[in-house]
Order: sequence, then structure tokens, then C-alpha cells
Amino acid sequence: MYRILKRRRLAEGTYDFWIEAPEVAQHTRPGQFLVVRVHERGERIPLTIADAQDDKVRIVVKAVGKTTYELCSRKKGDELADVVGPLGRPSEIDRFGRVLLVGGGVGIAAIYPIARELKRVGNHVTVILGGRTAEQVIMRDEFGFADRVLITTDDGSLGIKGVVTDAMKQVLDSDKIDVAWAIGPTIMMKFCALLARERDLKIWTSLNPIMVDGTGMCGACRVSVDGKIKFACVDGPEFDGRFVDWDELLKRLTIYREEEQKSLQRYLEKVGDMTWL
Amino acid sequence: MAVKIPERKTPMREQPAQERIHNFNEVALGYTEEEAVAEANRCLQCKVPLCVKGCPVNIDIPGFIRYVREKDFEKAAEVIKKYNNLPAICGRVCPQENQCEAQCVVGRMKDHEPVAIGRLERFVADWEAEHIGLKLPKRSPKRSQKVAVIGAGPGGITCAADLAKLGYEVVIFEAFHKPGGVLIYGIPEFRLPKAIVEREMEYVRALGVEVKTDIIVGKTISVREILDEFDAVYIGIGAGAPKFMGIPGTNLIGVFSASEILTRVNLMKAYAFPAYDTPVKKGDNVIVVGAGNVAMDAARTALRLGAKKVTVVYRRSEQEMPARLEEYHHALEEGIEFNWLTQPVRYVGDENGRLTAVECIKMRLGEPDESGRRRPVPVEGSNFVIEADMAIEAIGQGPQKILLQDFPELKLNKWGYIEVDPETCATNVPGVYAGGDIVTGAATVIEAMGAGKIAAKSIHQYLSSKVASKKR
Repeated sequence: MYRILKRRRLAEGTYDFWIEAPEVAQHTRPGQFLVVRVHERGERIPLTIADAQDDKVRIVVKAVGKTTYELCSRKKGDELADVVGPLGRPSEIDRFGRVLLVGGGVGIAAIYPIARELKRVGNHVTVILGGRTAEQVIMRDEFGFADRVLITTDDGSLGIKGVVTDAMKQVLDSDKIDVAWAIGPTIMMKFCALLARERDLKIWTSLNPIMVDGTGMCGACRVSVDGKIKFACVDGPEFDGRFVDWDELLKRLTIYREEEQKSLQRYLEKVGDMTWL
Repeated sequence: MAVKIPERKTPMREQPAQERIHNFNEVALGYTEEEAVAEANRCLQCKVPLCVKGCPVNIDIPGFIRYVREKDFEKAAEVIKKYNNLPAICGRVCPQENQCEAQCVVGRMKDHEPVAIGRLERFVADWEAEHIGLKLPKRSPKRSQKVAVIGAGPGGITCAADLAKLGYEVVIFEAFHKPGGVLIYGIPEFRLPKAIVEREMEYVRALGVEVKTDIIVGKTISVREILDEFDAVYIGIGAGAPKFMGIPGTNLIGVFSASEILTRVNLMKAYAFPAYDTPVKKGDNVIVVGAGNVAMDAARTALRLGAKKVTVVYRRSEQEMPARLEEYHHALEEGIEFNWLTQPVRYVGDENGRLTAVECIKMRLGEPDESGRRRPVPVEGSNFVIEADMAIEAIGQGPQKILLQDFPELKLNKWGYIEVDPETCATNVPGVYAGGDIVTGAATVIEAMGAGKIAAKSIHQYLSSKVASKKR
């Protein structure tokens, strides 16, 4: 069992967890993910690792489906049935020169360890953090190490009013970026990738297709990259977004939509009001 | 004139086909004591038993059958357990028709079926579980050496159990949250109830084997850490990476690997969704590609999930079908259709990226290929379309690479499987042994168990000689 050591609310329905998982923590590198199963009847869901220290790993979770609702309602001291990882290939970290990292929503947590490591090895790091509202631009006080931080909100409550690609254009117009990362909702990553392709910029995106085992044994997570079938769990999760078939990925994410809604509804009927989360 | 032996095996009761296609309960229901004794009486008790040679773990078959005859089922179980740690499983899933029963002398008599050795093994194991419960064999005194077993599939479990009996400290590392490997994630409940796998695992744990789940060697801990901590290692990680034909449309919604469907249903219990959280898709018209045991399992699973029609397509003919005959018959009884000499060439989808049909081409058999089977050749211009909202590819699995990538010193063969000495299961790295599907490519549960047994013996020899050389 894997104990929740810390739990903190970051925004509406978004929680920051530190979980005791010594082996996972000791082997984690930036860009990797883990698979969580909350309880004995639970499903296995992949989540990006936001940080690792000593015996604990950090994940940031947004409640969108039954499993993430259940996970977010777990308290400090509770135990999770399974935490498996670290999975996937780590990010390619090197001294590239000037790098840009774009994080949207909980994707901000995913770019955090990569940005920090890129800074540590000597890159000039620009970060763009985006959210619908100021509240959803999570963890923004943790990017003090970056050379430059831009914030965008859909409603203009903080930073640039607009979406992350607006800020990305600003940066790319004025700066020479050697390599970029974009992690967030699939639709956001798609548009970041389209822009990067226009500008001939290599852009790593961390794909989040449906997975079961996370170790290459089911093939549920297959994506098309440069016309070839790849398994996101073992060949990724990061791929150069310029070559990802985004529309296919967006469609494949809807495979279980009906079942997901049914499951969430059934759960919400059972537990009652969850708007406080 | 000797006693007349009944020509047919004592039949085993089964759930009727029309009933069982609506549930996931076990199809075959097992023998009663009377039926078991009747079947045991068909055994000739050969002085030189050929059946034993046909068994990959060399169970003393006439020995245990003799006790069944005498109704001493407890003794019968003792005999089996000397050779086989997982008899309730083997009795259910071994291809006995190619192994022990293929050698049976009764089966060679005119018009006679062989003794139903598998059914008797199952009966004895189930009888013991019901009447005696957990009974531990004598264990050797504890030894100080530690052995790591990577993968809690049938081979790893067997190897671990044998080494634990010899007194070694054994730790099994399992990637999934439950031990059992293919027995848990691959073989469906209706062929092998998971409660039985759990029962057999309890026995292995009671022998002192520690099972660590959620550990992916090569990720959660490194191969180096294992080599440093343990005196010997057995690798039994199976062949779990699903292959796809790679035809156009493979990523349409509705195209799945058999591994995905089976893992969802078996390991994650998706057939009980939403009581269990993992969903699985139910197709109306389902095409299953391939005709091995995995294909049969996938087809019968799709049917139980509620499909109106399930069609198996296979590029060769019925004769070359690799599935066990028993599974094929069960599938036929359940109404699954078979299209022989048929090869999919393209998946057809709608504008939402959902599968609507599978375009196939007719095949004919040409000259024999390297497998000795006649090579299927496409018949030009014979393309036709089968309507389908779900397609399941069951065309085989390859080696899963996570551990292998973390262990570059390990010598692989040209297919990417681990190269071992078949006599000992030793790899090129001293102290490291391997067996099962990760050595042979996808094969059977009992062959993996056979390899686990050989490896346990070799590891024992290796570790004993290490102790001896230290003393010198």
C-alpha cells in the first residue's frame, strides 16, 4: 500500500499529493509517469510524476472522471492500492541553449520537473503557464528558477488575456528558441505543435492516451507518429508534436466516453455533493 | 481375456452452451468422486509409462491414478504435488492431447480415447483444496542464499516454489498488482477461475516465497540492483507485447489487441463494470483475427460481453489452426463462426474514426514454409468486406523490452528472445537463468512450468557449487 503523506488543494478540483513509494521515487527522472489504482475495484490510470524526493513522489490530479474524483477525495494518511512506476522514457535533457516550456492546467505540474532539470544543466529557460482563470495557473510560485515566466488566462484575470499559443508567438517572435516542450490538454498540445511546425521548432509533447498496464502489454495507448504506430507507454510518453496525428489521438480519447460518464454519474449519485472538491 | 476398457473418456459435465455464453463462470464442471474412479480404472498402469515422458514436468501419472482408483485422493494429491506446484491450473489449461494423453497406450488401442489424465489431475487438485486445504510439503532447512524470480507467471511461480522447498529465500518481482501472469491477465475466468489461481498462489506463499507486486524490473528497480542483492536470478517475464498486422486503419476506434480486451476483462474484471471501474467495449459484430488459443479466448469473451455475432478469420485452414481442439469445439458450440483462408487487408472506418467493416482477401495454401505448414497466398481480386464494429487482433505476442533494455549484457537470439542452454536454462550471464515465453516465444503454461523446474534445479546446483567452492 502507498500512503498519502501530504495533500494540498491547488485549485477547484485540483490536488497536489506526495505519496510514499520509495522504489518509484528513487528511480524517477523528469518526464516519466506512474500508474495508480486507488482501491481494489479501481482502474489503473496513468499520471505524470511532478516531482520525487527521498521516498516520496508528487502527483497533481484534477478531478474529471470517477477515478480522479476518488483520488482527489483521499486524505492525508489514506493509502492507495497501487502506485507503479516510473514508466515511460525520461525527457531528453541536455544543454540545448534556450528552451521554452509551455504548461496548461495540470500540465503545469508535468513541465515543472523538466524545466527545473533543464535549468540545472545550464539552459536559459522560458516558461509559459496557462489556465482558464488565475486560480488554475497552479504552482506558479514554484517557477522562480526560470529565467522568464509568462502567464496566460482565458479570462484575463492574470497575465496575458488569451491562450498559451498567444504567449508562445510572442516568445518565438522575439527570441531564438532551440527546443520546446508543451504539456497540457491534448487540444492545447495540438495547437502548440502546429505553431512549432510553422516555426520549424522541435517540440516535445507528453501524450496522454488511454492506457491499461502502462508497460507495453495492451496496445491501448497506440498513437501515430510520423505515420508509424507507437505505444505511448513505452515509446513515449514524449513525442515530437510536429509529427503526432493529433486528430486521431483526440478521437481515440473518446473511446470510453460513454462508460466514463456512466461511471462518474453513478459515483456522484452515491457520494452526493462534490462541488466542494 | 483382459478386462474391457471403455472406449470413451468418462465425460465431464459442462455448462450448456446457450447458458454459458451469458456468463463468465467456468465451462467445464469437473468430475465427481465416482466419475474420477471410473476414469482411473481405464488406466492400464503401464510398467513403462509413456504418458510420464509426454509430461513437461514428468508427473508420476500412473502413480497418482493408482491412488485415485483406491479412492485415496489425498495420497494422489501428494504424488502430483511432488512434481507440480499448480495442478488445479494444469489440469485445466494444459494441452494434454499433445502431451501425456498423446502418449497414453489406451489411446493407441483401436477406437479408444486416451485416459483423461488432465481431468483426473484437476479432480485431485480440487478435491484436495476442498477436503484438506493448504498442506505444506517438507522443506529443506533454510539456506542463506537469495534468489530473485522476475515475473510471477506459471514458470516463475514454479521455479520459486521449487527453490523455496529447497530452503532458499526467494522473492518474486511482479509488474502487475496481482501475481499469476498470463493465468491472471490472459486466460479467461470461464476457462480458469481466478479464485483457483489465488488458491495456488496461497500455496506458493505458504512455502515462504515472498511476492512483491507493482515492481517493474528495469524501471521500479534496476537489473543491476537485483544482480547485486541476489545470488541467482530467474527471468520469466513472458512474451507480453502484442503484435499488430499494421494494416491501414489499425488505430480506428474499435480495433483492439486481444491482450487489451483480455487484460481488461480478466485482470481488471471489466465484465463486472461498473461495479469494477475498468470498462470494456462490447461489439455487436466482432471479427477476431487469428486462430490460436488467445483468439479463442478473445472470441468467446466478446460473445459473453454481448456480441450478436463473432467471426474468427484465419489466413490458413482449419487443419493448421494452432488452438487446442477442445477450445475450438467449445467456440463452435457457442456459435462462433470461422472464416478459413481469410486475411484482413484494411480496416474501414467512418468520419468519427470508428470501425465499420474489415476488408479481407481470400487465401489459398501454397508450398510449405519454414514452419512446415503450407504457406497462405492471397488470391488476387478476391477481396470482400465483412461488417464489423469491433476487431480483435490475436496474431501473437513478442518479447516485452523493458527488462531487456536494462540488461544489455544478456544475449538474445535473432527474434529478440533470451538465449539459454535448454538443458539448464542458463543464460550467458553466470547466475542468471531464464525460461518460458521470453525464451521460446509464446507457448504454453506447462512448458513455462517445465522450464521453471529445470531452472530451479540448475540454480540449486549453481548455488551449491558456489557454497562448496567458498568452503574450500
